Amino acid sequence: MTFASFVIQLLNGLAAASSLFLVSAGLSLIFGVTRIVNFAHGSLYMLGLYGAYSLIEALGRTPLGFWSAVVLAALAVGLAGVVIEVVVLRRIYRSPELFQLLATFAIVLVIKDVALAAWGPEDLVGPRAPGLSFPIEILGRGIPAYDLMLIVVGPVVLALMWLLLARTRWGALVRAATQDREMVGALGVDQARLFTSVFFVGAALAGLGGALQIPREPATLDLDLSVIADAFVVTVVGGLGSLGGAFLAAVLIGVAKAFCIGFGFSKLTLVVEFVIMGVVLVLRPYGLLGKAPATPRAIGETPPPLGPPRRWPVAAWLVLFALVPLVGDRYVTVLLTDIVCFALFAVSLHFIMGPAGMVSFGHAAYFGLGAYAGALLFKKAGLPMELALVLAPFVAGLFAVVYGWFCVRLSGVYLAMLTLAFAQISWSIVFQWDELTAGSNGLVGVWPSAWLSGKPAYYWMALALCGIGIAILWRALFSPFGYVLRAGRDSPLRAEAIGIDLRAYQWAAFVLAGTMAGLAGSIFAFSKGSIAPSSVSIAQSTDGLVMVLLGGVETLTGPVVGAAIFTWLRDLLARETDFWRAALGLMILLIVVVFPQGLVGGLAALYARWRPA
Amino acid sequence: MLTRNRLLAGVSALAAASLALPAAAQDTIKIGELNSYKIFAAFLDPYKKGWEMAVDEVNAAGGVLGKKIEIVSRDDNGNPADAVRVAEELLSREKVAFLIGTFPSNVGLAVADFAKQRKTLFIAGEPLTDKIVWDNGNAYTFRLRTSTYMQTAMLIPDAAKLKKKRWAIVYPNYEYGTSATAAFKKLLKQKQPDVEFVAEQAPPLGKIDAGAVAQALADAKPDAIFSSLFGPDLAKFVREGSQRGLFKGVEVFDLLGGEPEYLDPLKDEAPVGWYVTGYPWYGIDTPEHKKFLAAYQARYKDYPRLGSIVGYSLTMAAVAAIKKAGSLDQDKLLAAMSGLQLTIPFGPITFRALDHQSTMGAYVGRIGLKDGKGIMTDWHFVDGKDALPSDDEVKKMRPAN
Repeated sequence: MTFASFVIQLLNGLAAASSLFLVSAGLSLIFGVTRIVNFAHGSLYMLGLYGAYSLIEALGRTPLGFWSAVVLAALAVGLAGVVIEVVVLRRIYRSPELFQLLATFAIVLVIKDVALAAWGPEDLVGPRAPGLSFPIEILGRGIPAYDLMLIVVGPVVLALMWLLLARTRWGALVRAATQDREMVGALGVDQARLFTSVFFVGAALAGLGGALQIPREPATLDLDLSVIADAFVVTVVGGLGSLGGAFLAAVLIGVAKAFCIGFGFSKLTLVVEFVIMGVVLVLRPYGLLGKAPATPRAIGETPPPLGPPRRWPVAAWLVLFALVPLVGDRYVTVLLTDIVCFALFAVSLHFIMGPAGMVSFGHAAYFGLGAYAGALLFKKAGLPMELALVLAPFVAGLFAVVYGWFCVRLSGVYLAMLTLAFAQISWSIVFQWDELTAGSNGLVGVWPSAWLSGKPAYYWMALALCGIGIAILWRALFSPFGYVLRAGRDSPLRAEAIGIDLRAYQWAAFVLAGTMAGLAGSIFAFSKGSIAPSSVSIAQSTDGLVMVLLGGVETLTGPVVGAAIFTWLRDLLARETDFWRAALGLMILLIVVVFPQGLVGGLAALYARWRPA
Repeated sequence: MLTRNRLLAGVSALAAASLALPAAAQDTIKIGELNSYKIFAAFLDPYKKGWEMAVDEVNAAGGVLGKKIEIVSRDDNGNPADAVRVAEELLSREKVAFLIGTFPSNVGLAVADFAKQRKTLFIAGEPLTDKIVWDNGNAYTFRLRTSTYMQTAMLIPDAAKLKKKRWAIVYPNYEYGTSATAAFKKLLKQKQPDVEFVAEQAPPLGKIDAGAVAQALADAKPDAIFSSLFGPDLAKFVREGSQRGLFKGVEVFDLLGGEPEYLDPLKDEAPVGWYVTGYPWYGIDTPEHKKFLAAYQARYKDYPRLGSIVGYSLTMAAVAAIKKAGSLDQDKLLAAMSGLQLTIPFGPITFRALDHQSTMGAYVGRIGLKDGKGIMTDWHFVDGKDALPSDDEVKKMRPAN
């Protein structure tokens, strides 16, 4: 690589960093004040692109038309953010932490289908930037003038945001709320208005980031999810709530990607941001410029203590489920096999995120690695299917041993993002290791032995194994081990003060949950006959989170119910309507608004109210 | 236990509802179709229009075996696990005769393996992967569309004719891109042993950092570029590459760049002079295509995309197989598919008995501009049968079964 191309790649990286920074800044701001992990932030970015495209077509491809379209699109997306906050999120601020994530996930689904209906399926390539589309020669190479302009936009927005936060009353309130939301409320500040205004600014920044990309990137329906992961990474690498940190992280990641390409390691770009995030979080647990949260104050109330499962109802349900294949058709059995696999997956995720207080955004790693381990032990190592099936979870467990060792050293969203980093690194290896995992194609021909090849037989086996897995996890929760985990969640300081080695317990919990997720994955793989990288993907992790939250994170049986309802709904809606994503999203939103504690949590509350005193 | 009992009652009712079998209609033949409609909407929207039109045409002409046909379609979410589940639902609940469809390679391969397990015919429409008929081929799976290898091979004569020595390659980092690249390197090397591959870029699908990639390719000073990018990646690459002067004095090949799905969004920026395969619907004047075009435009007030051709032809192939088999028996259907001949809008095709690949061809030409829109110019049709490797090579790749 010559000096000239080095400089050009540096500039390319900086240009990419600017738009990354705008999206991340909005995300960081929203999270800082409202503690909402806004999964729909990428969708707002996507709306920015679509909006700018339409507005430019309407206003004309002149410099004036272009720039007014960009500004108007950003403002319109800001208003969309306000609508989301007022109509949905405002109703669920008092829900268990992360419940809002479920609502924003539903909003992603709705926005995707709305965009499809409004703009159609074809990719929309916007115009080049009027007046800035000529290349500027630097060291004998051309770089578009627009890219150089973008390089300036990032720092300018950073400076403006800094002024807004440091020099205005609104900014002071935002900073205060970021540090201590309850205190700000106690001092008489109207929180609802503050949150709405923060949503407006955050969403408008995402919209601006999208609108400014119009000359560089076509508007497509996949942008939402591809942007959101990057934005989370940048926010966390920079340190939550730190705009300077977000800028630094955006530059670091943008430039690192450009150099990967420049030095001929383009395949690394699939994962480089997650590698950077992993390294940064291991070395600096609060990101580059983030600070440890001042005094961890529980938001809302401490979750109510869980009661142990009542045996007879659980047994009755099990018998009922075991009987279904005798009366139902083949497909019901297939669907139920999916449901029991996902139920164990969701319960294992709930085990660490509920009682143990360690949220994982990358739980699919263990599900997927268990599935791949089963498939590989069966196909490549030539083990009998039964042996491969039961050994696979331990392989997933081994990965949990390694990943967990790093993860339990962190807490909160940082921990969640480190689990995501490990999951994405695993995914990219599975996705690209053609010789071992068959790369993006995945492994096929992973069918069960003859005695299990009938759907009912396989289902009963899955029901038994997943039932045992769930029983082990629930049993662990009501053993001294489980009580220690809850102590660690509710009061880590006191737990350590009485001599508990909390990290060791959390590590063990992580490994147990990973092993059980691996069991779910391994059963899943043999039920499908094939396994593909999507089982290790962010989408799979998100599904797990949605199931747990839908059922109710503060309940014991919630994850099982959530897994069943989500899988069943998705199957049903996908069959009945073309716009099944919007339908699914609206269903979830309805559940979210009616049952802000999750389905089981809401039903339990109703039951408690109706029960004769 | 008021709530619990109610819940129980509700769930039982739901379970009962979902157990109820749809009344099996005896006067229609059901064909199960699954595809990633939401993930690859740009291609599959016209595809769906194509098969809907075919179904109506077949039924207007009296159906097949004296019955009307019906396509029961499902969204597989672009995910092999979901695809296998909906395939199961189509077979066991909808009682479809056999399966057609799928788009991405991994879904196609998973459904192919499922078809083998369930001993059911599966005609893959769109998956491009060579493996579905070769390395992973099985007795139950057939594939309609020209494969990655075939389309690459169609571009080789033009590439070799140029006698360019230094080639740079850019491809999306997944099965389709890697196998297109492998095929291109192998075939070009055979024709032109002194060729050098000076740079290779494999950006993630849908996430190309086009400026940096264009710069890295330019640094290698290639005489020619082979790209298998498509969709948003292609649009970004074209724009950045032309703004940065990458294409000046360089010949560029793009594997799918002439398909209306990917060419039309580029509008007046369509890269003139690129060598591509595609579908010049505006210029094909064979009678079979004219008939298709007229019917399609009358019905949808829109022009067909390549997806429309695939959806239409796939349905016609399925119907032809039923007609030839004279029954819905799987063995008879498989026997009928082997060597099945029919005429699709691209002309006559045969599903080869050797490897179950159809001989559907493609149009090869160069990109031009007309009225601010990209078109294909100087194009000619290449029959699929002329773009396949020798029978011996195929036999070596395909497992005996």
